Amino acid sequence: MAVIRDMIPPCELFQPASIGDALNLLDQYGDDSWVLAGGLDSFDWFKDRIKRPEAIVDLGGIEELTGIRADGDGLVIGPMTSLTEVATHPDIVGRFGLLAQAAAEVATPQIRNQGTLGGNLAQDTRCWYYRGGWPCYRAGGNICYASAPKAMNAEHCVFGASRCVAVNPSDTAPATIALDAQMVVTNSSGETVYDAEDFFIGPGIDIERMTVMEPGDLLTSIRIPGTWAGADFYFEKIRDRQSWDFSLVTVASAIRASGGTIQDARISVNGVAPYPMRLDEAERAVIGQAASDDTGIAAGDIAIRRAQPLRHNAYKLPLMKNLVRRAVRAEV
Amino acid sequence: MTEVEIIRDRGPRNYSRRKFIKGVIAAGATVSASSYLFRGPGVLTAGQARGGVERLMTLTVNGQQRRVDVLPYETLAMTLRYKLGLTGTKLGCDRAECGACTVHIDGVPHYSCSMLTHQVRGREIRSIEGLESPDGELHPVQQAVMDEGGFQCAFCAPGFIMSMAAFVEENPGANRAQCAQALSGNLCRCGDYNKILDSAERAVELMGQRA
Repeated sequence: MAVIRDMIPPCELFQPASIGDALNLLDQYGDDSWVLAGGLDSFDWFKDRIKRPEAIVDLGGIEELTGIRADGDGLVIGPMTSLTEVATHPDIVGRFGLLAQAAAEVATPQIRNQGTLGGNLAQDTRCWYYRGGWPCYRAGGNICYASAPKAMNAEHCVFGASRCVAVNPSDTAPATIALDAQMVVTNSSGETVYDAEDFFIGPGIDIERMTVMEPGDLLTSIRIPGTWAGADFYFEKIRDRQSWDFSLVTVASAIRASGGTIQDARISVNGVAPYPMRLDEAERAVIGQAASDDTGIAAGDIAIRRAQPLRHNAYKLPLMKNLVRRAVRAEV
Repeated sequence: MTEVEIIRDRGPRNYSRRKFIKGVIAAGATVSASSYLFRGPGVLTAGQARGGVERLMTLTVNGQQRRVDVLPYETLAMTLRYKLGLTGTKLGCDRAECGACTVHIDGVPHYSCSMLTHQVRGREIRSIEGLESPDGELHPVQQAVMDEGGFQCAFCAPGFIMSMAAFVEENPGANRAQCAQALSGNLCRCGDYNKILDSAERAVELMGQRA
């Protein structure tokens, strides 16, 4: 679009100092409120006039939402912790390197300095029809432009379509699933804890949301259990260029092997479905097997079973298959 | 009509926009929204909701305290350029995609187009104007860019220089690949990356001599 839109349209800005104050504001403004974390995605929506909230609730002043602390043998990460801090914090790098690597591969240094783990996890899809303001299903309309006969859908999904074919773009999301993390969601009636793999939802559950969070909900902490600390990790993000870009397919895995045999495994892939997928079947197929290339090939074959590519994205199948293979083979 | 007459038609004192803004700033008053930029109904008169942010604020920019009237939804790049007259910070894409607007917040590079001025209250903001020392000595990165002829059109230069400065200050002895990684959040559409990286390497060298 050649239209220059240089100002965010008028709205109110609130900078609460506590979770309670933030929740009150979200309840007060309901659907007209907008939760602001790093803001890197939010401001684009506002400048493009596609999202027009009445009240922005900036979480930057809430201390309890920031920081990384030990919790038993695991970690609790505040959702407002910057991606740079997640990528460089010694406890994360040393014991949960998978998450550090995922955070380090997000976008650019400036974006990681400001972007938050919570914002990266809860981010909206990049489908360009949706982003362009087209009235698609996800935007409350009644058509999917990305699956129309002549649609450009090279970056869309091969699994999990349900009217909408957009994908989840988060780099850190598959890492949280592989690490068996939990998301704590708080609203004015209390706290709910979700396993990472249940936190992300597809269009079959709610076509207008990427996560379980509804207006009035806040992600208040991310818990990483000690279960997978120091396991063998593999993370690979494939994108068109090595900086700034969103993922085409990303794999994140945590494996424990002993004596050349895989004892336990968690594998997650993003960029192929409207939510980060956990590959249960592939995991079951590798547990108890030799950590070998053959096992990797078998897991890759299982991983792409039942995939339904669109017109321009069949390339994601061999990509995904080989990434799963590498994730398993990396343990040899 | 000749070119000269057209220019005269613009106003009695033939002020450019830039001179006008800088004049306002020189007057030393709290800088308010200038009508040419913030147009549209309701923008200037928008009321303030109870509990919303206070518009009048003091910003620490390049070591100075600057009193400024900031709209709740105003980006830092807007405040720096159009309220404080610090036009060295460039707006390229205004979408966190090009890096031309990079400034330091507490020494860390950020895209000033994609943060609200109200988010940096009480923090140290450094723009390209604040890079040289008070006696006018250039920052090693600025000197390196001069030495190497680092940029072609140089619209992206302030952003690149800010990214480079934050990096070389923290990473003495960095190599070319590490510099490239640190500058991966800035784009040069002239494609002058080789010379930009030459400059970065030279900056590491100058930084080392200074230490």
